[in-house]
Amino acid sequence: MEFGIVELSRLQFAMTAMYHFLFVPLTLGLSILVAIMETVYVMTNRPIWRQMTKFWGTLFGINFVLGVATGITMEFQFGMNWSYYSHYVGDIFGAPLAIEGLMAFFLEATFVGLFFFGWDKLSKVAHLIVTWLVAIGSNFSALWILIANGWMQNPVGAEFNPMTMRMEMTDFFSVLFNEVAQAKFVHTVSAGYVTASVFVIGVSAWYLLRGRHSELARRSITVGAAFGVAAAFSVVLLGDESGYSATHSQKMKLAAIEGMWETHPAPAPFNLIGFPDQQARETQYAIEVPWVMGLIGTRSLTTVIPGINELVATAEERIRSGQIAYKALLDIREARDAADPETKAAFEEHSADLGFAFLLKKYVDNPLDATDEQIVAAANDTVPTVWPLFWAFRLMVGLGFGFIGTMLYFFYRASFRGMSFPRPALHLAVWMIPAPWLAAELGWFVAEFGRQPWTVDGVLPTAMSVSALSVTEVTMTLLGFVLFYTVLFIIEMGLMLKYIRKGPYMDVEETEAWNERHNNRLAGRKNADAIAMPAE
Amino acid sequence: MILHDLVSYEFLRVVWWGLLGVLLIGFALTDGFDMGVGALLPFVGQTDVERRVAINTVGPVWEGNQVWFILGGGAIFAAWPPLYAVSFSGFYLAMFVVLAAFIVRPVAFKYRSKRDDPRWRNAWDWALFASGAVPALLFGVAVGNVIQGVPFHFTDDLHTIYEGAWYMKFIGLLDPFSILAGVVSLSMLVMHGGAWLTLKTDGVVQDRARDIGAIAALVAVGTYVLAGLWMAVGIDGFRIVGDYVTNGPSNPLHFEVERTSSWLTAYADRPWIAIAPIMGVVGGLLTYLGLKAGREVSTLLTSKMAILGVISSVGLTMFPFIMPSSSNPQSSLTVWNSSSSHLTLFIMLVVTVIFVPLILMYTAWVYKVLWGKVTVADVTDNSNSAY
Repeated sequence: MEFGIVELSRLQFAMTAMYHFLFVPLTLGLSILVAIMETVYVMTNRPIWRQMTKFWGTLFGINFVLGVATGITMEFQFGMNWSYYSHYVGDIFGAPLAIEGLMAFFLEATFVGLFFFGWDKLSKVAHLIVTWLVAIGSNFSALWILIANGWMQNPVGAEFNPMTMRMEMTDFFSVLFNEVAQAKFVHTVSAGYVTASVFVIGVSAWYLLRGRHSELARRSITVGAAFGVAAAFSVVLLGDESGYSATHSQKMKLAAIEGMWETHPAPAPFNLIGFPDQQARETQYAIEVPWVMGLIGTRSLTTVIPGINELVATAEERIRSGQIAYKALLDIREARDAADPETKAAFEEHSADLGFAFLLKKYVDNPLDATDEQIVAAANDTVPTVWPLFWAFRLMVGLGFGFIGTMLYFFYRASFRGMSFPRPALHLAVWMIPAPWLAAELGWFVAEFGRQPWTVDGVLPTAMSVSALSVTEVTMTLLGFVLFYTVLFIIEMGLMLKYIRKGPYMDVEETEAWNERHNNRLAGRKNADAIAMPAE
Repeated sequence: MILHDLVSYEFLRVVWWGLLGVLLIGFALTDGFDMGVGALLPFVGQTDVERRVAINTVGPVWEGNQVWFILGGGAIFAAWPPLYAVSFSGFYLAMFVVLAAFIVRPVAFKYRSKRDDPRWRNAWDWALFASGAVPALLFGVAVGNVIQGVPFHFTDDLHTIYEGAWYMKFIGLLDPFSILAGVVSLSMLVMHGGAWLTLKTDGVVQDRARDIGAIAALVAVGTYVLAGLWMAVGIDGFRIVGDYVTNGPSNPLHFEVERTSSWLTAYADRPWIAIAPIMGVVGGLLTYLGLKAGREVSTLLTSKMAILGVISSVGLTMFPFIMPSSSNPQSSLTVWNSSSSHLTLFIMLVVTVIFVPLILMYTAWVYKVLWGKVTVADVTDNSNSAY
């Protein structure tokens, strides 16, 4: 029944991780937007900006708490459901998770309480610093988590130790500056900024359509659109950076996303759309755009990107090489330190392919007993299911270009049309609110499903990574999480909508007193600029 | 990377064993009073406003406190990967219950007072109670099981296998000694929550917190002493036998382990460790007296001393064992066979030395800003922003 455990554990991880990521992007982006609004408040002293800070801060808080709560599951379920994975790569993978806690999560969580409770206890500037620390902490959190995830995609700076039967770190800085991790970090936080911008613009648009809080809503759209333009360009362009780094480290994922079965002469064309057929190993009815794939993937006209069939052939070679490593490993383990130099040399030479031998464990207990057919079957297992990757990727990219267009439009209206927005555009903004979440979940799907059949690319197969649990146990926790998370989601959405409907708490007295002072100041000044008048 | 060779592997392992203790104690000292306040909530607060007073004493700080729990998970993963792998999958369903509590608690804090409906608030109050009391109990139960040994063994590939049916991994945790350990932990954290509320509240909430906290302090001391006596007569210990190295590869199968008559022989070998249980008992009794006399700041400090003593006494008594195996002693996890590599321990130590002092500094600053009592007026005047 081992198969059942693997499927259930994967389902549970996918479910809890994607659920967690419903809250993370908004935390990443909204923390910065709120900090920007408060900065404007501290610089200008205009009460409207403090009311904006508090209003978006409340929504931030409702979202933040579920991000924290569901993040707890993420930190512990490696040990619960992925016990062998934890043992096998904990020496490398655990470090960024712990550093995330020390450097980032402590910062954001300690100060987020003061953000809500410190308005009367701190000076304006001190409170502003607290808000920025929350934003910085949140974003640093993402950095360390993506360093951990980036290592699963591109396991650098580590090697296998036969004495401890696990991967051990050899170079911390390679893990830290892993090109995949860095590209993913920028791409992911940019996605968070787009999410927050779309959210702020959408909610504000809803107010404008209802004729409510127009002062707050117009200013919020302006901030959101300015921030969103930069973020939307960044998420698409730096998504391209992810593609570029994928050509170095994750060739199979790239070929699957592209539905590219055969190696093309460089520069390869890009399949704009098409219907990948896993059985026939071809992508039917493909509409090709010449050169584009080669340019995105290699930034050259001459470098060849290998197709799926070529990669399967490579995998077969690596499985056979992995068998030699496995054989040497057994001898070294038996002899402990006394292994003969020849065996050690054989292991050194082939240890990079050890993980490929583990792919055979799906078919035989001892990888050395595998038949040729089993080796071919295991090599074919290295191809992920192509069509979901193919389509998820295209949908994500399409949404990304949609965000660029929307943000540019709102930025234009806000900056050059006096913050006036036509009603159809406002309706569109409201309907667009779920889109960035969809794009982000699709992105994670491509990244994680595309890595299959590995948990750590080329090092440890997913099927081997699980804990020795019973199907009953994993089913119970899976159902428990589904039930529990569904209830929390309903409650969260209910509160979010309640607080959006309720709207900001506007202190009328404070605003009017400020207006009066402001008008007096302007009256006492020659050439007073009427545009500087607040519009209330 | 050669810097790490300057610090011996053996030394790093002992340091990280100590840091594991620091994390657990840091968690118990900070998040401990959150759990204690949760467990006390239905008893110290009879009306909605009284409950809000109690909740708002932890309202601004629970998020930071909870990070100790998360950091605990991360640090065990980074520094003791086999411990992370074996314990969390071994205590599987119990871990799920603890996670559920730690997920529901933040939500309860944040959402409870966002609607006026009494049924809504009452439901969240029960969630706060359960999510405080249940993990407080289960942490002690887990320690009770670790002291007795957990039924697991390793294969040659270091896969972990657990003996027995899946339900025994949950029901089987609840043996009499472990339940006793659970009562020690629950009453200790209720005492701590009582001391916290005594410092942070006044009036009727404070009176009730003092009364219940004092009882909890006596229960904690009593059950702790009882558990110690039980360990003297009824619980077997473990020891490593034969030649072994303390700076070798982290592979449990390289060691020989056998059962001994009792863990408490450690006190004959290292008499100085008796300071830990003495701190536990004296701290608990001083907390009882402090709560009775109405002292505030010093009582919270003695409560911390009690927790420090109790938790460190477990670690010091079992050293070098971290998680012994009852069914296959040779698979037991010790300080010498279940750490990360030399390099990883070194890097993590550097990061810890830089960031833990910073964390302690800004946490102290936040507590200072929030210094002072939470009163009924605070809650009713700020009913928009307060929890």
